[in-house]
Amino acid sequence: MPRTTTRIPAAPPAGRPAAARSPMAPPRSFVWSRRIFLTLLTGFVLLPVYVMLSSSLKPLQDVSGEFRWLPSGLTVRPYIDIWSTVPLARYFVNSLIVAGAATVLSVVIAIFAAYGVSRYRFRGKRLFTVTVLSTQMFPGILFLLPLFLIYVNIGNATGIALFGSRAGLILTYLTFSLPFSIWMLIGYFESVPRDLDEAATVDGCGPLGALFRVVVPAAVPGIVAVAVYAFMTAWGEVLFASVMTNDTTRTLAVGLKGYATQNDVYWNQVMAASLVVSVPVVAGFLLLQRYLVAGLTAGAVK
Amino acid sequence: MTVTAQPAVGGEAPPGAPGSVPRRRTGRVRRNVLPYLLLLPALLLELLVHLVPMVIGIVMSFKELTQFYIRDWGAAPWAAFDNYSLSVDLDAPVGEALLHSFFVTCAFTVLSVGLCWLIGTTAAVYMQENFRGRGFLRAVFLVPYALPVYAAVITWAFMFQRDNGLVNHVLHDQLGLTDGPSFWLIGDNSFVALLVVSVWKGWPFAFLIVMAGLQNIPRELYEAASIDGAGLFQQLRRITLPSLRPVNQVLVLVLFLWTFNDFNTPYVLFGQAAPEAADLISIHIYQSSFVTWNFGTGSAMSVLLLLFLLVVTGVYLVLTSRGRRTADA
Amino acid sequence: MRRTRAAAASAVTVSLLAAVTACGGGSSTDGGSNDSPKTLTYWASNQGASIEADKKVLTPELKKFEKRTGIKVELEVVPWSDLLNRILAATTSGQGPDVLNIGNTWSASLQATGALLPWDAENFDRIGGKDRFVGSALASAGATGSDPAAVPLYSMAYALYYNKKMFEDAGVDGPPATWDELVADGKKISKGGKWALGAEGSNLSENIHHVFVLAKQHGADFFDADGRPDFTSDGAVAAVKQYVDLMGKDKVVAPGNAEYAQNQSLQDFAKDRTAMVLWQTAAATLQAHGMNDDEWGVAPVPVQSGTPGAGTAVNSMVAGINMAVFKNTDNVDGALEFVEFMTSDAEQKLLNKTYGSIPPVKAAQEDPAFSTPALKVIRDTLAGSAAPLPQVPNESQFETAVGTAVKELFAEAAAGRAVTTASVKEKLDEAQQQMPKK
Repeated sequence: MPRTTTRIPAAPPAGRPAAARSPMAPPRSFVWSRRIFLTLLTGFVLLPVYVMLSSSLKPLQDVSGEFRWLPSGLTVRPYIDIWSTVPLARYFVNSLIVAGAATVLSVVIAIFAAYGVSRYRFRGKRLFTVTVLSTQMFPGILFLLPLFLIYVNIGNATGIALFGSRAGLILTYLTFSLPFSIWMLIGYFESVPRDLDEAATVDGCGPLGALFRVVVPAAVPGIVAVAVYAFMTAWGEVLFASVMTNDTTRTLAVGLKGYATQNDVYWNQVMAASLVVSVPVVAGFLLLQRYLVAGLTAGAVK
Repeated sequence: MTVTAQPAVGGEAPPGAPGSVPRRRTGRVRRNVLPYLLLLPALLLELLVHLVPMVIGIVMSFKELTQFYIRDWGAAPWAAFDNYSLSVDLDAPVGEALLHSFFVTCAFTVLSVGLCWLIGTTAAVYMQENFRGRGFLRAVFLVPYALPVYAAVITWAFMFQRDNGLVNHVLHDQLGLTDGPSFWLIGDNSFVALLVVSVWKGWPFAFLIVMAGLQNIPRELYEAASIDGAGLFQQLRRITLPSLRPVNQVLVLVLFLWTFNDFNTPYVLFGQAAPEAADLISIHIYQSSFVTWNFGTGSAMSVLLLLFLLVVTGVYLVLTSRGRRTADA
Repeated sequence: MRRTRAAAASAVTVSLLAAVTACGGGSSTDGGSNDSPKTLTYWASNQGASIEADKKVLTPELKKFEKRTGIKVELEVVPWSDLLNRILAATTSGQGPDVLNIGNTWSASLQATGALLPWDAENFDRIGGKDRFVGSALASAGATGSDPAAVPLYSMAYALYYNKKMFEDAGVDGPPATWDELVADGKKISKGGKWALGAEGSNLSENIHHVFVLAKQHGADFFDADGRPDFTSDGAVAAVKQYVDLMGKDKVVAPGNAEYAQNQSLQDFAKDRTAMVLWQTAAATLQAHGMNDDEWGVAPVPVQSGTPGAGTAVNSMVAGINMAVFKNTDNVDGALEFVEFMTSDAEQKLLNKTYGSIPPVKAAQEDPAFSTPALKVIRDTLAGSAAPLPQVPNESQFETAVGTAVKELFAEAAAGRAVTTASVKEKLDEAQQQMPKK
């Protein structure tokens, strides 16, 4: 059986120059096509953001009015009102706690599982990976009531309140992101040369030592990508949060709907609140992104 | 699914067929147990949150679970295959609508996944080399991912309004491309509207994953290739894409599954009743269960969907794994 | 050691499966009890300007109740977008509030689940008797012929809001009393980017409310006496066609309204783009969109001919909020006391005044605050010419199926395609076939 291509040749062939940067500058045509493509893409991405921003600065009666590129009569009032219309700060903290905890747990658990799958042969491996994937095929809408029922029954049997609590939500979200995280990390771990952790094992590390000293550091970009994904999954989930939270544990994604009341929707405040709560997330991403591009073998190969 | 030829994500071992005892290992007992221990937390959580509810869902699909019985599921009468025959009876409106919605969903999913992947990969490849502003752009490109879904989709709904929206303002008022302002949220155009929103929301994820995947390609490969005289396009074809294969295999698959089951986007964009042209199956199932309080029929539709997706996934894994092997040989 | 752990894990899994399948609907106790007489949980619906505003309104009242009875009420104001799903989850699991607000159109559906305490004579006696409530409101609290599943809390009805200035500009002297007048006046108004009437063509509930009333005016019902769907009667078809024709044939509704579902028509009204809307409580929203109270007037919703009344002169559905008690509450007595408190004359006056609704309690209606010109129209409608939506368990299916049919017909009309009696009938027939067979 041939070796899989996931095993990317790790060490450069001997004799090749190992300079850090590409020896040739990219051709002009490439640079121009890149400029055009990325400019168009940036426009596509930011267009709704611009609409959000300008809507968030309008008084309510102007929001739904005719679209103009340069709105007039701007006000910062919505940015003040958002805090009192709904308990935005509390929702924000809830979301941070839930998404943060779900991310950390999910990544750790996925690392273990992916390591097990990528480094060991054992009975039921294929069953495991396929089963995990199959969970992505059932519409979430029908998980909702059974899961709620399970949580309630666990609560009745053990006294652990999972419904309505942050713990229940954390548990749910971390599981939501697990399947993809495991599958992705298997791929990343596969591309970390096996000789490395075998060498580490020989050097006296246990299997877990090899995992955390060799494999994890080498797979940092993948792990960060998976963490970003896990965070966003928990951050944006609406359906389960709407049923499984109450006023004190409600997360942002559902809390934002609080700006839509029976008779009126405070569009400007919805937009303002969304922008406000997204700023920390984007900022956090800016900080993280250098790990996302840390090279594969930061010092591991040589 | 009998994908015995090769594991999907390049595992080296064949699936644990009976009798395939690991060889060349010392401390056999420990090594036998360790992988299971590593998998245990994930397995328990999947059981609790995904698998057991899924089994319950399958059981529900055989019950007549209407509002008369939801208080005590045990008491709901068994419906045998009634829920299924209702869903697949193509001569009746329910089955007909389900089939229509199925085709719409298929077309939508293929287009959306294709575009998300294409845009995401192109952007990631263009941004492989450093240039000024790269870090900033990377953060910008993740903005659609970071914005709360509800607000982002509502904003698009704003932009797609017929009378006051940005889209018609540009297409009709400024560019004069259409004779009159068009509807985007009702009628046939709604498919386009849904696709645009879905791609806008979905491509950053492909970008993120491909970008991380690109980091695993050793620079030396490119250098070697360029010394051998390979142009950028050839480098892309011979190095980048093959190296991304394992990442892409998973990425495309999960994008497909998520897009197929996406509920939030059409729900926020169109409300309870999506226009026929954009009637995705998830909305359909929501209407057949939550809105009409008939969880049996909704579950039956979901199980049919599950079977379909299982088949698609199986075929996909066989094909992509085989392709990978030949590429490797 | 490790084997035991694995064994323990599988044991947990198995028992989990067993627990779930065995418990099924989890509601172990069927009737209520009085195990915790000092606390109550209350889910309020969002009635005011925001959830926080509702909390500010209700909290002092709950304090008052606590002082009087010693019962502490835990309040949660649930947004409308979540309320029905929360109730479904609570019904399924038995894990819910003691007392809750429900939209009155859900009454019969929720009643069918058996999760709500039936309001028999004895229970009604404990809150002062059935006679205290307005008949039409009570008729919207459960299936006809059975004990109500809830008690009316806030009532509303539709009225015709008209923009005084736009009427003046078009030379229309007063609000139309019949649909023919509305169309005739409407044609005078609908010129130069102005339109006569607003509609929320993509809002399923709004569609249902209007075609239901029009069907009544055509002497038809969407359900027969046995509660079976009957969507394709001549009257029902005529009603749906008449409503959609306001856009397609009469051209008094702007085509753009076909995609409205978020109260955009009210905003058009506030901005002098539409001269009339059929609405329940609009005052606060109009104010928020910059329209003063003296710029608009209120009249009864038009009828086919004559004046509003019973039978074919009905001109509104009975809108409102009901208050229900979960059957498996562990504080039945407290829950009943709380309902009594909330439906007392004093609280009814105070709460309905705050929310701009009409008290379903007769005595509370006497308060002069409910005799402003706008509220008087709505009060009279409720008293004399409003009919409850069909109180059948399949009401929500009906809203979805027929509401969607009307939405699609609006889309046709907006695209300039002809909407004929035949095409309306076909759509309604399709809708009817989507209803559950039993």
